[in-house]
Amino acid sequence: MSNVETQRICKPGDYRSDVKPIWCPGCGDYHVLLSFTRAFAELALLPEETVVVSGIGCSSRIPAYTSCYGFHGVHGRSLAVATGLKVARPDLTVVVASGDGDGYSIGGNHFIQACRRNVDLTYVVMDNRVYGMTKGQPSPTTEPDFDTALTPGGTGLSPFHPLVIALASGANFVARAFSGEPNETANILVEAIRHPGFSFVEVLSPCVTFRPDEREWKNQVHPAPVGATSDPAKAARRLMTDDGFNIGILYRGERRPYQAQIGPKSVDLSELEKDFTL
Amino acid sequence: MPDTDHISVAIIGSGGAGALTAGNLLLEAASLAGWYGLLTRTIGPQIRGGEAAALVRLAKRPVNCLADRFDLIIGIDWLNANRFGGEIEVGPQSLVIGDPSGGDLPAVMAGARPRTVEVPIKDLAKAIPEGRPNMIALGLAAGLLGLDENVLSAVIDKRLADKGRKAIDAGNAAVKAGIAAASHLDLGLRLARPQPSSARRWLVSGNETTGLGAIRGGIRFAAAYPITPASEILEWLAPSLARVGGVLFQAEDELAAINMIIGASYGGTPALTATSGPGLSLMTEALGLATAAEIPVVVVDVMRAGPSTGIPTKSEQADLNIAVYGLHGDAPHLVLAPQSVSDCLFTTQWAVYLAEALQAPAVVLSDQFIGQAVVAIERPADLAFIGRRSIATPAAGTYKRYALAGGGVSPMAIPGTCGGQYTADGLTHNERGTPTSNENDHKVQLDKRRTKLEQFGYGDHWATVEGDGELAVITWGSVTGAAREAIDHLRGSGVEIRLIAPRLLLPVQPERFKAALDGVRRILVVEQSHGGQFYRYLRAHYDLAADVRLLNRPGPLPIRPSEIEQAIALWRS
Amino acid sequence: MSKARPVVRNVVDLLTLAYRIETDAVERYRLLADQMESHNNPDLVKVFRDLTRAEQIHADEIRRLAGDIDLTRRSDALGSVWQKDESPEEVDLAAAHYLMTPWHALQLALAGEKRALAFFTSIVETAKDAKVKEMAAELVEEEAEHVNLVYRLLRKYPKPADSWSQDGDPPVAQD
Repeated sequence: MSNVETQRICKPGDYRSDVKPIWCPGCGDYHVLLSFTRAFAELALLPEETVVVSGIGCSSRIPAYTSCYGFHGVHGRSLAVATGLKVARPDLTVVVASGDGDGYSIGGNHFIQACRRNVDLTYVVMDNRVYGMTKGQPSPTTEPDFDTALTPGGTGLSPFHPLVIALASGANFVARAFSGEPNETANILVEAIRHPGFSFVEVLSPCVTFRPDEREWKNQVHPAPVGATSDPAKAARRLMTDDGFNIGILYRGERRPYQAQIGPKSVDLSELEKDFTL
Repeated sequence: MPDTDHISVAIIGSGGAGALTAGNLLLEAASLAGWYGLLTRTIGPQIRGGEAAALVRLAKRPVNCLADRFDLIIGIDWLNANRFGGEIEVGPQSLVIGDPSGGDLPAVMAGARPRTVEVPIKDLAKAIPEGRPNMIALGLAAGLLGLDENVLSAVIDKRLADKGRKAIDAGNAAVKAGIAAASHLDLGLRLARPQPSSARRWLVSGNETTGLGAIRGGIRFAAAYPITPASEILEWLAPSLARVGGVLFQAEDELAAINMIIGASYGGTPALTATSGPGLSLMTEALGLATAAEIPVVVVDVMRAGPSTGIPTKSEQADLNIAVYGLHGDAPHLVLAPQSVSDCLFTTQWAVYLAEALQAPAVVLSDQFIGQAVVAIERPADLAFIGRRSIATPAAGTYKRYALAGGGVSPMAIPGTCGGQYTADGLTHNERGTPTSNENDHKVQLDKRRTKLEQFGYGDHWATVEGDGELAVITWGSVTGAAREAIDHLRGSGVEIRLIAPRLLLPVQPERFKAALDGVRRILVVEQSHGGQFYRYLRAHYDLAADVRLLNRPGPLPIRPSEIEQAIALWRS
Repeated sequence: MSKARPVVRNVVDLLTLAYRIETDAVERYRLLADQMESHNNPDLVKVFRDLTRAEQIHADEIRRLAGDIDLTRRSDALGSVWQKDESPEEVDLAAAHYLMTPWHALQLALAGEKRALAFFTSIVETAKDAKVKEMAAELVEEEAEHVNLVYRLLRKYPKPADSWSQDGDPPVAQD
């Protein structure tokens, strides 16, 4: 839905509510919020026709900080809620916000199924490689040797690779961003929202409280050496051999987005009982 | 100066002031000096830097609830302290110490017209290299309470050890400065010394005693998914289980956690998980599986305010319904509820014992208040309840997993036992364990599972029954502490009130309940639930042959002894 | 979508950009002041509100230089201006900390003013249009003054001790 007819000039500030975030100062999510508002402004989205859906966790607090419609649901189920919403209301722009805990642990199954289904959604996961809201347990993307109270000495498990899982499951657009580059992230979000079907953007977003070591990320990220491909196998190979810090759009697929078979009403209600009538 | 049995102190501060740590140190020092006490806290919505208040009650006897009023409030600053207004009651006798640069006293407190005094806490801290305002506040409290400097020093040395010598010295110096500043002030109260006792003491939280009770009962496998306010149980169990040859496993979600512990238990290892309301909701399907397949597991629910995401950091007693009625089908199981921090140890241990003995799931309803409160108590007695499952060692070909033995408990074959092979099933099954839709098999197994629970001798532990009188207060969980205090206070003026607090909520105990109510004509039910869940549970399962009134309120504010006293007084008049 | 570096064809373009830089800075400092307020750091609330006001004054200065031209409308119409980096005077949000001291805030402000100075200096060096060069040089002088101001402010605040970020309390869980 564009604003051209209404001549409404949209500034990023128009997409902010006046609710003050509880995020710790220094949190990458402040930048992600800026990226959201810049992307929405660039796309000239109408706040009243945009919905931000989330689960539970620090990143999932974002809907209330925007002036769009929002849904702050239960842990791990944001994609299910968003799917129902978008299929019933294809006219809305639906953006789903989650974190590495909410999205890849309890939300893991819904993630895989959402990629398969390819409903026109944009899924933004703010990955800080830790469960921030519950005080610092490891998430599926945490390194195996990260020592925590719940997992002394680390989990010993290989981290989850969400971008490759997304490709294998059928996501139509896959990108990696870094919160410390909010304009670049905004550009990626614009493309993700424009791209039909299920778009997945992993945003590396440092947790200043539980992962102060992630301040180093700004020195480790770099643009992906080569542009996006439309071959999922190629994209998967690149992802499985990169250093985890390639930033940019990595895959643009050509699957047709999910089309719900909701046609107009074709029969009168009284037709329905004909089957039972003796 | 008059002696008092208890004194309540609130230390308030924000943005890194360290109020909560000061409260912890105060309680620890006071307990080393011989007093008992309880600490809870209240916080703003930020993860760091938020407004925070440590609420400390010190007493000459063990206490299980907060008092009606705070005697001493130390405000390092008052930023956003309005948030706590309702929780920190003050009166004209209270002493409020504030930093002149800390902002305005919250209106709710000012309205009660306490005595107010200014002490430049922040400046005093700045005058000391690396000095911190929370240590000045600690010194002020210590000075006004008459706490010995050596005791404080011992606590500071221990708790700041990992921050280095400089921090310890700065801490001690700041406490000294605080004590000096207090010497010009008069609290108007002195805390009576407790009887000297050689009993060993603990400084511990409910979540920690829950963990210990689990291990003592025999738990050696735990699956964990973090959730406020239960995570500390799991965080304590992680290294502790490892030390006793057990294991804790982080699960991907609560659905996984409950199914993992069912798997471990099926394999012969007593297993437990801990969660809160939203997690328990997810676990209900699998709890039905454990019931049907007769596999013992223990699920601790540290209740928080609901419904849905609710208020994760605050207590409430509104998961009773889902614990008791939340399983689909007719699925009798065990539900227990500890009544205090100390009781978490016994109740969790007992829950493991019962689950193992009866081959059934047990839900333990703790709550945020008990779970996260830190208390100074006497070391609880050791108890002999260790889970002992009835294990089968059958001859080949004859084993019936769900055989109708006397009492309804059929011996369980543990995988690895030759001749004991069977398939555990959520499908309705016969004595062999083979799925069936036969009406007789179904009824027989339903009877078996109900009978085994109903016929068991639970003993006197099923409830706290105290006192006499024809008015009874019936309550449960964390409210028991406040009820007991109200009743004790009334006994002081010659009024006898009975207290009944069930610890075993399921299966219900109609005969014992009837005996406990003998002679009672009026019942006051007290609970922290907007919908009166406990009241309706009592009405559904018990004969309340008396006039019944309900005093109920949802979270987040705890029910105070004076509210219960007032409700009783109103009724008796 | 990558936009090229903002194009400055004439003085109006330059003033629009300069105005945009200042108003972006106003927003950024306001955001930080709000963060400090909800995290109970009143000293920093004051510093950031002061910086907000200072940047607003700078913005008003540029509007004065532009005379009748509606810089607000033109600035809004610019849309997203910067390719990768943020606006020169937008201080880095990731560098905030709930216990930060005025010294830290002023260091961030100093870096911001220096970036702006460098930006206008580059325009002086690369602009073809004489009028643009002249106006850019004036803006360079303005920014230099701002840089000096921050240096002077910094003299009032000593570098904090290493323990500045120590909190007496551990983090708390909320959900």
